[in-house]
Amino acid sequence: FSKDSLSQDDWDELEETLLLADVGAAATDDILAGLRTRLRDEPDSDPRAILRAVLIETIDPALDRSLALGEPGGGAHEPIIVVGVNGVGKTTTVGKIARVLVAEGRTVVLGAADTFRAAAADQLETWGARVGVETVRSDRDGADPASVAFEAADRARAEGTDVLLIDTAGRLQNKAGLMDELGKIIRVVSKVAEPVEVLLVLDATTGQNGLAQARVFAEVANVTGIVLTKLDGTAKGGIVIAVQRELGVPVKLIGLGEGADDLAPFDTEQFVDGLLGAQA
Amino acid sequence: MFANLSDRLTSTFKGLRGKGRLTEADIDGTIREIRRALLDADVAVPVVRTFTGNIRERALGAEVSGALNPGEQVVKIVNEELISILGGESRPLRHAKTGPTVIMLAGLQGAGKTTLAGKLAHHLKGQGQTPLLVAADLQRPNAVNQLQVVGERAGVPVFAPEPGVTREGERQRGNPVKVAKKAMKEAEQRQHSVVIVDTAGRLGVDAELMKQAADIRKAVEPDEVLFVIDSMIGQDAVATATAFQEGVDFTGVVLTKLDGDTRGGAALSVREVTGRPILFASTGEKLDDFEVFHPDRMAGRILDM
Ligand SMILES: Nc1nc2c(ncn2[C@@H]2O[C@H](COP(=O)(O)OP(=O)(O)OP(=O)(O)O)[C@@H](O)[C@H]2O)c(=O)[nH]1
Ligand SMILES: Nc1nc2c(ncn2[C@@H]2O[C@H](COP(=O)(O)OP(=O)(O)OP(=O)(O)O)[C@@H](O)[C@H]2O)c(=O)[nH]1
Ligand SMILES: [K+]
Ligand SMILES: [Mg+2]
Ligand SMILES: [Mg+2]
Repeated sequence: FSKDSLSQDDWDELEETLLLADVGAAATDDILAGLRTRLRDEPDSDPRAILRAVLIETIDPALDRSLALGEPGGGAHEPIIVVGVNGVGKTTTVGKIARVLVAEGRTVVLGAADTFRAAAADQLETWGARVGVETVRSDRDGADPASVAFEAADRARAEGTDVLLIDTAGRLQNKAGLMDELGKIIRVVSKVAEPVEVLLVLDATTGQNGLAQARVFAEVANVTGIVLTKLDGTAKGGIVIAVQRELGVPVKLIGLGEGADDLAPFDTEQFVDGLLGAQA
Repeated sequence: MFANLSDRLTSTFKGLRGKGRLTEADIDGTIREIRRALLDADVAVPVVRTFTGNIRERALGAEVSGALNPGEQVVKIVNEELISILGGESRPLRHAKTGPTVIMLAGLQGAGKTTLAGKLAHHLKGQGQTPLLVAADLQRPNAVNQLQVVGERAGVPVFAPEPGVTREGERQRGNPVKVAKKAMKEAEQRQHSVVIVDTAGRLGVDAELMKQAADIRKAVEPDEVLFVIDSMIGQDAVATATAFQEGVDFTGVVLTKLDGDTRGGAALSVREVTGRPILFASTGEKLDDFEVFHPDRMAGRILDM
């Protein structure tokens, strides 16, 4: 058993840093094991610097984190569907993404497939007005969300829109009926055009349940990317490390506030620095 | 799947038979299991440390009685400690002696405040009260409309003199502190027995918005300020609960989205760090998915026992 240069207290402190960032006990064990191996080979290096390197490697800066869209003006009515549990920031994220796409010169239609929550379609429509794009919605509460999604897809096809952004209702992953409903929304949209992205929105304040969310949503929908919201608070969002590893899909975007411009590409180094930064 | 904690603890003690006292060596493995279970349940790291410290102390030297095997003995200690942190008995809502009872809601974005406002109104109406809902979130798009729909479903009037952010007006319209002040006059004139103030979601680190919440609190002098927190929250529960305690000095806690499959360690963290009781649990999106908080059920849930 080769010894390393760190005392038990040092190891405890590093462990605590990861745990406090919601990395989770299992992923923390793995990351610290990686660190131990590296420290054996490079016993004189600064452990925090190596931990940083191990984390960056784990999250993998080489992954393609762009949205899989064609050229602006292509008119291919490519669907992006936004999914996740209640209150994580799906509708806000749809608004923000629309803003980015419009700035890139794409035409966009929003589909309000949350027909359940009070004033959900109004909220999406306000976002549409804010960023200057049209919203397809039902005027009736409780309308079939898959029908609204189909109508939106049909409209996007008829009008030769570049991108169709579909907002869905929040649903907890342990509710089978609601997860089936999501499956149906995706199937119906796929009849018009195969979704190019299904984005799972995770709230940075979420703890270990985030992994259960990711697993179940990935079973029902072919999740292609993660959006990590509310990173403007004190939460670090460390659960995405386990989520990325489990699903094999990258975090693509981060939410940094409630405004239309508070969306940014995910940057591995920045994320890791945030995670290791200010300690409680 | 993993066996639940209770089974694992019992099997940790398999080798141990008969009577005697638990030794340090007996307990170490158990403490590791408990620590891991608490961390997996999102209990805050400092709370885990105190908690396992207490368990160790109580278990060390505990008499292993004939009736319980050592595993069962430790499970019993863990359960008792959990329930005691979670607050034992639940506390009922405080009502005003004169004039309307005022309840203010506060919390992070998306925690479930507006939904809870409707549930509380519905619940209190069922007890013969005449609640008034107040739309003091003028910031989130269509928050006012959302509360109006919620009020309609609950059959409770909504005081909404300002539209907030809507399709027609992209900038925030109206001042939430003024709305809150006006609402108190309205409630007095129309003799509402309860006033429930819905506020915008805000971050613990947003000093400006936290001051706004404090100003709303001053304006309405609430009998209860309920901190609404999502049961899926992780380690950030401590920082956030502390910031809201300093910012609006909440009097009680409501844990939301307990219809999910999260273990809900936040309950333990918030209770331990702020000392404020958890009054209610929100268990769904519908009006009556709402119940009084039960510490004993929560203890079992957190540790899967
Ligand atoms: N601070 C902060 N707040 C955010 C962010 N993204 C969204 N929010 C806020 O979080 C709250 C919930 O956002 P929504 O977009 O309505 O969330 P949702 O997932 O659509 O919610 P449901 O449809 O009810 O499930 C709102 O108050 C948003 O303004 C973010 O990145 N940072
Ligand atoms: N499953 C479940 N969903 C809930 C519960 N409480 C609220 N929700 C949902 O969570 C989402 C957010 O709820 P809101 O009441 O809008 O939360 P809020 O705190 O008012 O949000 P902001 O005003 O944006 O800060 C909505 O989709 C609600 O339907 C609950 O107990 N269980
Ligand atoms: K952060
Ligand atoms: Mg939404
Ligand atoms: Mg609200």
